[in-house]
Amino acid sequence: MTALVLSAARRPVDFIIVLDWRGRLSAAFLLLMILTGLAAPLIAPYSPTDQDLVNMLMPATAEHPLGTDDLGRDVLSRLIFGTGASLYASFLAVTVATLIGVPIGLAAGFFSGWLDEVISRVIDALLSFPGIVLAIGVTGALGIGLTNAMVAVGIVFSPMVARLARARTLIVRSELYIDAARCFGSSSAHVLRRHVLPNILQSLLVQMTLLLASALLAEASLSFLGIGVQAPDPSWGAMLARGYSYMEIAPEQMYPPGFAILLTALAFNVLGESLRVALDPALKAR
Amino acid sequence: MSGTALRTSIWRALQVIPVVIIATLVVFLLLQLVPGDPAITLAGENATPEQIEQIRALYHLDQPLLVQYGQWLFNAMHGDLARSLMSGEEVTRLILQNLLPTLLIVICAMTISLAIGIPLGVMSAIHRGGLLDAIATALASVGIALPSFWLGMILINFLALQHNIFPATGAGSLLTDPLNALWHAFLPAVALAAGGVAEIVRQLRSALLEVLDSQHVRTLHAKGLSPARIVWQHAMKNVSTTLLTVTGLLFNRLLGATVVIEAIFAIPGIGSLIVRSAIAKDFPIVQGVVFAMVLLVILGNLIIDILYPIFDPRVAR
Amino acid sequence: MANTIPARPPLLEVRNVCVSLGGADLLRNINFSVAPGERLGIVGESGCGKTVMGLSILGLASSAFRLRGEILFEGRNLLDLPAKAMRHVRGREISMIFQEPMVTLDPVFTVGQQICETLRTHFKLGRKEARERAIDALAQVGIPAPAERIDDYPHQLSGGMRQRAMIAIALACQPKLIIADEPTTALDVTVQAQITNLLVNLSEKNGTALLFITHDLGVVAETCDRLITMYAGQVVENAGIDDFLVRPLHPYSSGLLRSLPRMSPRKTALPSIPGRVPTIVEMPSGCRFEPRCSHSSPACKAEQFLSPAGETRKVSCCRHDEFVLPGVLN
Repeated sequence: MTALVLSAARRPVDFIIVLDWRGRLSAAFLLLMILTGLAAPLIAPYSPTDQDLVNMLMPATAEHPLGTDDLGRDVLSRLIFGTGASLYASFLAVTVATLIGVPIGLAAGFFSGWLDEVISRVIDALLSFPGIVLAIGVTGALGIGLTNAMVAVGIVFSPMVARLARARTLIVRSELYIDAARCFGSSSAHVLRRHVLPNILQSLLVQMTLLLASALLAEASLSFLGIGVQAPDPSWGAMLARGYSYMEIAPEQMYPPGFAILLTALAFNVLGESLRVALDPALKAR
Repeated sequence: MSGTALRTSIWRALQVIPVVIIATLVVFLLLQLVPGDPAITLAGENATPEQIEQIRALYHLDQPLLVQYGQWLFNAMHGDLARSLMSGEEVTRLILQNLLPTLLIVICAMTISLAIGIPLGVMSAIHRGGLLDAIATALASVGIALPSFWLGMILINFLALQHNIFPATGAGSLLTDPLNALWHAFLPAVALAAGGVAEIVRQLRSALLEVLDSQHVRTLHAKGLSPARIVWQHAMKNVSTTLLTVTGLLFNRLLGATVVIEAIFAIPGIGSLIVRSAIAKDFPIVQGVVFAMVLLVILGNLIIDILYPIFDPRVAR
Repeated sequence: MANTIPARPPLLEVRNVCVSLGGADLLRNINFSVAPGERLGIVGESGCGKTVMGLSILGLASSAFRLRGEILFEGRNLLDLPAKAMRHVRGREISMIFQEPMVTLDPVFTVGQQICETLRTHFKLGRKEARERAIDALAQVGIPAPAERIDDYPHQLSGGMRQRAMIAIALACQPKLIIADEPTTALDVTVQAQITNLLVNLSEKNGTALLFITHDLGVVAETCDRLITMYAGQVVENAGIDDFLVRPLHPYSSGLLRSLPRMSPRKTALPSIPGRVPTIVEMPSGCRFEPRCSHSSPACKAEQFLSPAGETRKVSCCRHDEFVLPGVLN
């Protein structure tokens, strides 16, 4: 009987097939980026920290297709190794945000009452001011470094996830199959886990993908400010910072990392939007 | 104001307080996580135990946490945001000094975003499926993914360094020389505005398409109204709430994005203030800036809330 | 009730109109006319194309549709008119009212503003004069205290009031023809009667012709002089009300009449027409009603055309003179 009242939550695999060409292109690009990050030691021509103080700030040559930075390090290699750092950062932040936000949102939406009131107030308060300022404050407290910075970003994003989880939970909760499951004596925790969660998963997936783009941009900003990735580790944001310092002498330094950030964030966004359209056929009309 | 309007305004003002408390409390508590005894840090390396105790008492560091917070909040409500740990300057004065350049950039950026975003969004919706629409939508997608500080760097490179049209760094003083201030604020504002235009175009286009497909627009056609009138008088009024909401969100977002932009353009605003202070662990300033920003955001949202019923009568006053 | 075809030239004449989407014909060979001051009902089930027909007259149907044929209004073909000229016709010569006034009135403007807007678009009027005419229009449609209601927003009025406001907007410029697309379907039954009476009275008082599109045969019987029935995108019968009610000529019309519930001492099942309306892909090439018709014969496989059946009637059935179908009296 429970099987009858379960809603038709579709499998994630189905989405990939249904994505439009933009979504597929983005997914392929992101996959490429992930592979690049994972296989960095194998594909990068140089180590990202090898200094060559004789050949500083060189333009593109055959040996260094993207030139060298101010310490003679190969830009291309730093870019490749930076992929891993940036992607790790984004996924870390979004994971933290989800782990914090989903339970809170579920609780608020499912149990309502004063718990919902309090949680909603806190969420509104936290969302009401610029996230990056809070992230800077939290990072300052936790200590500078990439992991701490991205945990801070994750904390800053969690109210958004909580709000979405709460909204979807409210919708799902009013569906009849929840009442039916409870009639059969299922505990709240069981209902939440088996019925509510799978049904809000779809919207969460879309939001998480879009948040990956924001997290990437946040990492770039924080690393640029010197709060995220610390030298000599490569990260796209840190590379931009060095590019900024030497902008008058070697302005072309700022383009490789900038484009890397732009294209990856764009890919996350496009993928997220394609997922959203794939989930909700009504949107396809536009 | 009428009786109910006054009561609603007071009620709204009261709702602001929990927001301020929660936001600043979160930062306060997080700042407490920093290891080490701040009194010792402040006193310096060669301080005697008596000197450390003096400092501890001076900054109330010996009180329980909530009392410390309560003390701070009480003072903050009266405009006293304590003093910088590093320089001893009054935080309130520091913030007020740095506020104007930041506000100038943010407001300029918002103006540019609306001035470009609204026409682009409207044209996009009217000529949906056309070339303009495709280009605008693509640009919007890029604009949202574009790191604003990277755009700032590119702008500096081309317009300031290579061609010297605009200054690369610094901020003018708005009160003494407004034109100079605007000239300095232009590039930063443009860098910020790119993301804003993208957001506005996307939201406006989507909201307009929904309205233009609706049945009451069909009635408007049936009345014999011209398409221009239908779009600019009727459709725009119908999407006004969306536009106001987007503007409010944009304001919040820009306040955050300005932090990095100020770093690039070396603008002495509150963004660079909080970054310096966070790195230097100068907590009173960090807390003070957070407080100030929360107030700014609340003020901005309050203005938007007041504007809602003026544009859309469905929103109850 | 006029049972003879009026001698005056028709106000609106729809000739051989076909509306197609992609390759398929939604509406086929539509022919009918409306005389000045006449009230014509268009009756049919949902999906028979009657709304599309109404919208097409004013050029409001989706741009995905292709229209062929002629729609003559006072002799001019509306399909040939340039956009600007068409805007002069809309609201001024021909008005339209729709089904759900809550959705079809602009929610962010007052009722008065919407009426004045129509007036000032089509006439050169000052604000004060327009406002006075608007109050007048509201009074005409029976809205109490019109001078106060004029500043109300649509969401502040009840369903019936909103529909009256919509009629006021439609009447403001004193058009010669009003197309009413299911104007009472979304209203309470008690309010329905008020609105239909209002429309009839206004039509009689001002000499406005009325094109009443609905699925409700009962409403048409009370308000219209003449009706056409549509099935699956075609006109199957055209007759005066009285003739129609006594003896319908098309099996589909008869089926419609008989499926109206009514008081009867005998406890019998409510008759209904078996089967359902064919979809575009299943559309038969001959008579479109043939699969469901209890009188079908091999001759019905050929395409049917609307042909005269007597002086004042037309029917699209090759076998109509072979049977006498029951009307309301049996």
